[in-house]
Amino acid sequence: MSILVYTESWNGSFRKSTFEAVSYASETAKLLSTDVVAISLGNVPNEELEKLGNYGVNKVISCEKINKEDAESAAEIMHNLINDSNIFIFSNTYSAKMIAPRLSIKMKAGLITNIISLSEDSSLLKVKRKAFSSKAIETVVVKSEKAILSIAPNSFKVIENSGMCEITKNDTIKTGRITVEGQETSSGKISLSEAEIVVSAGRGLKGPENWTMIEELADLLGAATACSKPVSDIGWRPHSEHVGQTGKVVAPNLYIAIGISGAIQHLAGVNSSKIMVAINTDPEAPFFKAANYGIVGDAFDVIPKMIEELKKTK
Amino acid sequence: MNIVVCISSVPDTTSKINFTDNNSKFDSNGVQFVINPYDEFGLTKAMMLKEKYGGNVTVITVGDISVEPVMRKALAIGADNAVRINTSPLDSYSTASAIANYLKENEIDLIIAGKESSDYNGGAVPGMIAELMNLPFINACIGLEIENNTARLIREIDGGQEKVSTNLPCIIGGQKGLVNESDLRIPNMRGIMQARSKPLDVIEPESNENLVESNIFEKPDAKNACKLIDANNVSELISLLQNEAKVI
Ligand SMILES: Cc1cc2nc3c(=O)[nH]c(=O)nc-3n(C[C@H](O)[C@H](O)[C@H](O)COP(=O)(O)OP(=O)(O)OC[C@H]3O[C@@H](n4cnc5c(N)ncnc54)[C@H](O)[C@@H]3O)c2cc1C
Repeated sequence: MSILVYTESWNGSFRKSTFEAVSYASETAKLLSTDVVAISLGNVPNEELEKLGNYGVNKVISCEKINKEDAESAAEIMHNLINDSNIFIFSNTYSAKMIAPRLSIKMKAGLITNIISLSEDSSLLKVKRKAFSSKAIETVVVKSEKAILSIAPNSFKVIENSGMCEITKNDTIKTGRITVEGQETSSGKISLSEAEIVVSAGRGLKGPENWTMIEELADLLGAATACSKPVSDIGWRPHSEHVGQTGKVVAPNLYIAIGISGAIQHLAGVNSSKIMVAINTDPEAPFFKAANYGIVGDAFDVIPKMIEELKKTK
Repeated sequence: MNIVVCISSVPDTTSKINFTDNNSKFDSNGVQFVINPYDEFGLTKAMMLKEKYGGNVTVITVGDISVEPVMRKALAIGADNAVRINTSPLDSYSTASAIANYLKENEIDLIIAGKESSDYNGGAVPGMIAELMNLPFINACIGLEIENNTARLIREIDGGQEKVSTNLPCIIGGQKGLVNESDLRIPNMRGIMQARSKPLDVIEPESNENLVESNIFEKPDAKNACKLIDANNVSELISLLQNEAKVI
């Protein structure tokens, strides 16, 4: 009755969200006095797989010939590897969102997404999740015998100890019905949903040419960049940066909102950030009601000063 | 082309969210319901595909009679007919099973759902329908072209996007990008008049089984008052972020 966890990799390496899911799995395993088995898809070198031991994985099954982009095959192999396990843990990433629903039907397992807490109860799985675009927290109970829990990124601390894990390979080959024809990834950039710091700007920036200072600030902080909806609608920034109720939901440690008014739909996607900073010329801007720190001032004056200050502390 | 668009009726994005019955139920009192914003992109895309290739657009939802105004709105935007499966959805599984059970009986080329609904944010219904109906599923879809029997799609992935293709029939989870925000259709007077006489079938579900259960709701903790820092003292902000909030 091991706890299973999907350890997603990108180009052969794991990211923070993977270690969050693994930490969550091992805390759950402790609660239920059992061990953790990880399933990895695609080519991941052994030294990377070994790292999982440090986060509590006892055994990893590496399915090198299954592509995570191929959710059909991924769900099938996971289902084949389940044995008598009842609990499967995911991090709520793009590929998890394709695989987990399929797997839940195969297992007839209750699926809970956007989870932000460990089970409150070891006999019945009872967890908290974000709902209503982060305007509410819902406590959900699993009714079925089996469960799939998908963890919201940046909501669970990575717990690292040194440890070892056994590595086994599974050579199953499968291909699903979706053909990948090309991929475009902005390599080197920090992924928005995983970022610990997000620098976000809105219509107050006046035009796309003014994002140079936003990017410079983000670089200095090791932050990802984001924007409000109208900014992506007018095409000043790519849609992938749009955060809010109808865009991406983010929960970084620090969210800096520059020239963003703080409309309810914008706040819905960002208000689970731990600390929020608002920089806005209008002292009445609603963002100041939600922020922890604020500067009433002109972005074109304040941002260059912030950059200067940060350069000093480097 | 036979296109089905899954529609979720959700609180308007400006709604204040409250709960009743000891915080166990969403309080719909005074709340305006709208078509789930992600589904709006799918509905407009379906209309465009129909205009290009001919065919039929069906909108489907699971819900009690209170969701009918939202279905009428979808008909006014241009869908040909609507189906309401008459039960209150209990979880993603109950919703997906109801839809899949009904659609199994039909010849369908394409099912378009939203990548998630903006109320419970489960994001699981379209993927579950895919598995129940044994269809390929493309989520977070930001581009779709149909060429004969092939769907060419662009989907968002972590840190980028991906071009994929698959054969019809298939199911997609849509979002902004599937069509542009500025191309979104809104009902006009003629559409609203026509919608009144378009069929809205009410179907009784075979069963309504759920695997997870909502227990209780709470609101996130209120933030403390905002600490304002003078615009001429930016170094103080940096120092507060370093030493007080400890986030940089
Ligand atoms: C169905 C629906 C869904 C929506 N979903 C989203 C969503 O997901 N995400 C989202 O962001 N929005 C969403 N919106 C839009 C939302 O209602 C707001 O219109 C939007 O967030 C405003 O963006 P903004 O703050 O960039 O622009 P504005 O509201 O125009 O605000 C610009 C701000 O910049 C300030 N400013 C101007 N000049 C300067 C300067 N030099 N320095 C500093 N500050 C300055 C102004 O005081 C103002 O507060 C949605 C709306 C609807 C109806």
